[in-house]
Amino acid sequence: MASTITLEVSRYSPETDVAPHFQTFEVPFRKDWVVLDALNYIKDKKDGSLTYRWSCRMGICGSCGMLVNGEPKLTCATFLADYAPTPVRVEPLRNFPVVRDLVIAMTDFMRKLQRVKPWLIRKEEKPLSEGEYLQTPGQLDVYKQFSMCINCMLCYAACPVYGLDPLFSGPAAIALAQRYNLDSRDQGAKDRFPFLSQHDAIWGCTFVGECTRVCPKHVDPAAAIQQYKLTAAVEWIKSVLLPWGGK
Amino acid sequence: MEAKPSQLRLEPLLWILFSAGGVVAAFLIPVQLFLQGLVFPLGWAKGPDYATTAAFVAHPLVRLYLFVLCSIPLFHAAHRIRYTLYDGLQIKHLNEVIAVCCYGGAVFGTLVAGYLLWSFH
Amino acid sequence: MDQICVVALGWKMKSATTAPAYTLNHPRWYRKRVSTYWWLQRWEYLRFVLRELSSVFVAYFVLLTLFQIYLLSHGPQAYAKFQGLLKNPLMIAVNAVSFFFVVFHALSWFNLSARAMAVRVGGKRVPGVLISGSNIVAWLVFSVVVAWFLLRG
Repeated sequence: MASTITLEVSRYSPETDVAPHFQTFEVPFRKDWVVLDALNYIKDKKDGSLTYRWSCRMGICGSCGMLVNGEPKLTCATFLADYAPTPVRVEPLRNFPVVRDLVIAMTDFMRKLQRVKPWLIRKEEKPLSEGEYLQTPGQLDVYKQFSMCINCMLCYAACPVYGLDPLFSGPAAIALAQRYNLDSRDQGAKDRFPFLSQHDAIWGCTFVGECTRVCPKHVDPAAAIQQYKLTAAVEWIKSVLLPWGGK
Repeated sequence: MEAKPSQLRLEPLLWILFSAGGVVAAFLIPVQLFLQGLVFPLGWAKGPDYATTAAFVAHPLVRLYLFVLCSIPLFHAAHRIRYTLYDGLQIKHLNEVIAVCCYGGAVFGTLVAGYLLWSFH
Repeated sequence: MDQICVVALGWKMKSATTAPAYTLNHPRWYRKRVSTYWWLQRWEYLRFVLRELSSVFVAYFVLLTLFQIYLLSHGPQAYAKFQGLLKNPLMIAVNAVSFFFVVFHALSWFNLSARAMAVRVGGKRVPGVLISGSNIVAWLVFSVVVAWFLLRG
């Protein structure tokens, strides 16, 4: 087994560069190392100016999303051993503006996430004396998969529609909206409907399915979007057949 | 950003037509294309002759079946082609033109199918 | 966000008490243009576009069928001429390619519709494989029925 592996890392300095370029580093190859370990080694020993995001190093914070050989991945969960001996190319997430090196600007995603109102909406809150909102395991099962999202934005990097149309809400935002829509404690589905049932939200999705393939937490946002399309279509039929508004 | 009311009313309908067309096309088209495009012309099996086919198509239930087969899948194709042109070729400035051409073509095809099957003798 | 945009255009922000202007630092972000050939850059995207273009062959089938119905009502000679045309090797090739894409459309459709529906029986989620599998079985049943009608003459 080779003792080193080559990393081609995308570098971009907004003060001096017009476009990103690749810089090659030789990094020790350890069987248990992930790409994040290699990046940390580069920053510690080779080039301290290398800029990237990371935090928990265990696949739950969603900070370290990058493109590894063109594929959106969490670098803390991507083993060098899977790529050795070929070089590993590390780039910032696709479809986002690059701020510096491997760091992208995520303001757009944060704004879209806010607009789907990802919190429990109640018409009226129960008083404390009545205790908690109870939920059966069956009711939890309905939305649990969609609650696994760690906001890592790998799905946005994989989604071609988001790359082509910056106004598209994107997989994670809609999946999280569904997570709350399907929660038995939530009463805000009608509040989220106007934002979701429009061309820049669910109707822009063409079910490419890449978002589901790259999701590290198996959230299946594509399924969430298609299921919501069905809900929205049924709502539309109801609004056409009962224009005076049934509940 | 809230949707325009007209958009709220059209997109769900187009998606419903797209889904229905997909179901019809998936279940019913392969076998018919296989038989009429490959099996009968290549002589792997003997197809119905002219008189039998004409009598068959004239039956009202067959006319209805053929109408469904030749109308709704057109909307499925129109919807997919429209989005592929919109995304694939990035010609967003022609968005309205593409939509009108695609769905208009599907409507035209439906009318042709309806006319042909209604006036068949 | 609006503040950043305003400043990026080179305007200066003034505070309410007309103190000296303060320019917020905003680095020049790099935005990569999406190529017109984005769908060729990854196999997954190409497969997606091919899946979508299978609908073109669906439309082709509809037009072919409508043309056949049109000729049927114009007498045996016109219809027979068309049958002869169908035997042409070029037409056979076109129909073979169309058949491949139409089958690809059907199989990918069953796959997609299984993922798009959350079917629950007795509180447990039905696995997607069962849904697409039962769709394929139904597809075979429909095909046999249609074939029976066309083959018995």
